[in-house]
Amino acid sequence: MVFVLVTITYGCKKIMPSEPSEAEVLDGPIDGLTTAQLIQFNKGDADFGEVFTSATGLGPIFVANQCASCHAGDGKGTPFVQFTRFGQSDTLGNTFLNFGGPQLQHKAIPGYTPEQLPLGAPKTSLIAPAVTGLGFLDAVEDAFLLALADPFDLDGDGISGRVHYNVIPSYVALRPNSIPKNGKYICRFGKKGGAYDLLHQTSGAYNQDMGITSLFEPIDVYSGQEIDPEVGTQTIHDVVFYLKTLKAPIPRNQQDSDVIAGKNLFNDINCAKCHTPSMQTGYSPIAPLSYKEFHPYTDLLLHDMGSELNDGYTEGFALASEWKTPALWGLGLSKMSQGGQYYLMHDGRALSIEQAIQMHGGEASQSRSLYNQLIENQKNQLIKFLESL
Amino acid sequence: MRTYIYTMSKLIILVTFMVIPIFGSAQEEKIVNRIPTDSTQNNLNMDAVYDRPFLKFKKVPVAIGGYLEANSIYSSTDGVSEGLSFQARRFTMFMSASIYNRIKFLAELEFEDGTKEIGIEFAAMDITLFPLLNFRGGIVMNPIGGFNQNHDGPKWEFIERPDEAVQMLPATWSNVGFGLYGKTHFGNWIAGYEVYLTNGFDDSVIDNELNKTYLPAAKLNRNRFEESNNGIPLISGKVAIKNRKIGELGFSYMGGVYNTFKMEGLIVDSKRRLDVFSIDFNSTIKKSGTYFDGEASYILIDVPNTYTQQYGNQQFGAFIDIVQPIIRRKILDWENASLNIAARFDYVDWNIGTFNESNTNIGDQRISITPAISFRPSSQTVLRLNYRYSWDTDIFFNEKSRSASIMFGFSTYF
Repeated sequence: MVFVLVTITYGCKKIMPSEPSEAEVLDGPIDGLTTAQLIQFNKGDADFGEVFTSATGLGPIFVANQCASCHAGDGKGTPFVQFTRFGQSDTLGNTFLNFGGPQLQHKAIPGYTPEQLPLGAPKTSLIAPAVTGLGFLDAVEDAFLLALADPFDLDGDGISGRVHYNVIPSYVALRPNSIPKNGKYICRFGKKGGAYDLLHQTSGAYNQDMGITSLFEPIDVYSGQEIDPEVGTQTIHDVVFYLKTLKAPIPRNQQDSDVIAGKNLFNDINCAKCHTPSMQTGYSPIAPLSYKEFHPYTDLLLHDMGSELNDGYTEGFALASEWKTPALWGLGLSKMSQGGQYYLMHDGRALSIEQAIQMHGGEASQSRSLYNQLIENQKNQLIKFLESL
Repeated sequence: MRTYIYTMSKLIILVTFMVIPIFGSAQEEKIVNRIPTDSTQNNLNMDAVYDRPFLKFKKVPVAIGGYLEANSIYSSTDGVSEGLSFQARRFTMFMSASIYNRIKFLAELEFEDGTKEIGIEFAAMDITLFPLLNFRGGIVMNPIGGFNQNHDGPKWEFIERPDEAVQMLPATWSNVGFGLYGKTHFGNWIAGYEVYLTNGFDDSVIDNELNKTYLPAAKLNRNRFEESNNGIPLISGKVAIKNRKIGELGFSYMGGVYNTFKMEGLIVDSKRRLDVFSIDFNSTIKKSGTYFDGEASYILIDVPNTYTQQYGNQQFGAFIDIVQPIIRRKILDWENASLNIAARFDYVDWNIGTFNESNTNIGDQRISITPAISFRPSSQTVLRLNYRYSWDTDIFFNEKSRSASIMFGFSTYF
């Protein structure tokens, strides 16, 4: 009988779908979480996938009806879930807030009319970024980012990244050793780095993306009035915990000679000056995130990307042509969440890594020129390296 | 306290229903007659509700029957398994009565997943005016596809019901309403029709936590047995034709306005329709005994273009079962026992179309295949061993999951 059971159990495992390799998927927790933390991770994972309906508070105007719509498999979004922000063309603030800004809710539940873009409003289209490894980025101390910044290009390399000092909501808790300036704080999440931390980003997304109010963001996007919370505070905290503890993407094929050569080229043509390969976290109450070196390939700074990426819209105190350096980790896995097709840059306009490189202007013009001077094989090596991240 | 009383009431009802057949079985020799299913082969899928084995108590004008389905399952999705589980999928009781000449009644009460879901699946009175003109009223099964009409577990070699029938169409789908049906035969040919007006769907078909246009979501609305959500009846109808030497072919339609467009006399939305077209067939190759059964359905649904395309406005699904008897003889003292191999191919596309933003195809599909072995000690009892493998994509055509399950179970009439 035991033999039969063992045979059946073993047989079952052989004909069941195998688990994908850790390096081939974006989801999964960071190593070292306690059992209690894993339980909260699982709760957050479930909440991240919750589908909102009209009965549970969706909208009535919205962009998407679940977090996972925009971040399928925890990865990047696609043009299908592209969204529009409007109303701010300079650092004086959003002048269209009374017209529904900053985000356009272009979908509506049946019976309602979606929001229309006000005439003359400056705007930009965006797709959601991948959400992996965010806990590491969140735990980097302000001083580390300030050390990377060179707002006046004192080193004369043509690259002048700066931190985004922005006004923050009252509900966020300041991270240890934060370095404010004139009542503003260094923000680091969002395409223009306008959100302070993952609670700020997540509460805003529930509200602006799904039309879900919370204790943190209680204003209904449709009526403009404060209403009862439509999502629980604990749910928001669980989702924030989930985002903080999603593992960083695991690089692949790191011993491949082309990948190694591509990595050297990445440094040689100065990509690494903005896409900083390594960072260090400070203290985090989540022990596995504390004092860790990690490799996101971003400096979390704002850079002038030139007219090529200037949509005439900005956020907070970032300028219209300024964008936060996106992390490149997980780039090679992007297609897995984008239906087998790359949609890169802030709005998904680039359909390949090559196209994305060609859209780099402003402070990145020099690197683009250097890339264009590479021979075909070197370009392939560089792209192979980027796809290994 | 009220919860306790409610729970106890449910338990008493359940036990009562379970004891009756046991008692009947013990006394079968004396007071119970077993009425076998109709073997004249004049039956279509539309006859399935009465084409069941019944136990008839002498001098009592009521016949009862039912079936039970239970199984074990070991499943895994993307390498993650929750281990072995046991499932009591369905316990169904039906009872029929001849009320008077050409007036009859049948009710079907179903307990799904233990007592998790309890529902009256069918409870209707039939009055025969002419063979071609019968009136039926009460809780009726909408005649869409073949499976919805003919879904008793012991008739199938597969533990899971077809995705097309239960994950796209809402089988088993029944509603309160009235209608007509009739049947005629000439030579080897049999033809029948059914048409009903019933209550129908609601907004949940495009506003649900499955995040897809999902007709079965409307099954959760128990109010549909009390009132229509919009005052416009759902029309469902079917014509079927069968040649005894070839097989049966059915065409069916179901459609109507599904949303609540008026509240307290105020228009709150435009009227939006859904229309379902279905074709089903079944056939047996006499020489080999090979049996085919299949169904394909197409759904058109008016989804506001200002709503998310997550909820599709077109759906298509199909399945085909192939069953091949391998041994058909006396086995272990069971006369007419049979051992069969079978396979099911299942496909559902919950969202046909392209994204407005990128003009690329929308995914949200499932393909599955289920090889099976079944053993039937008698035609009314089946032991089944199934292996099911399925591939799911999300709406972007990303591979969402690969799942497999091994199931062993039985289904039997009593």
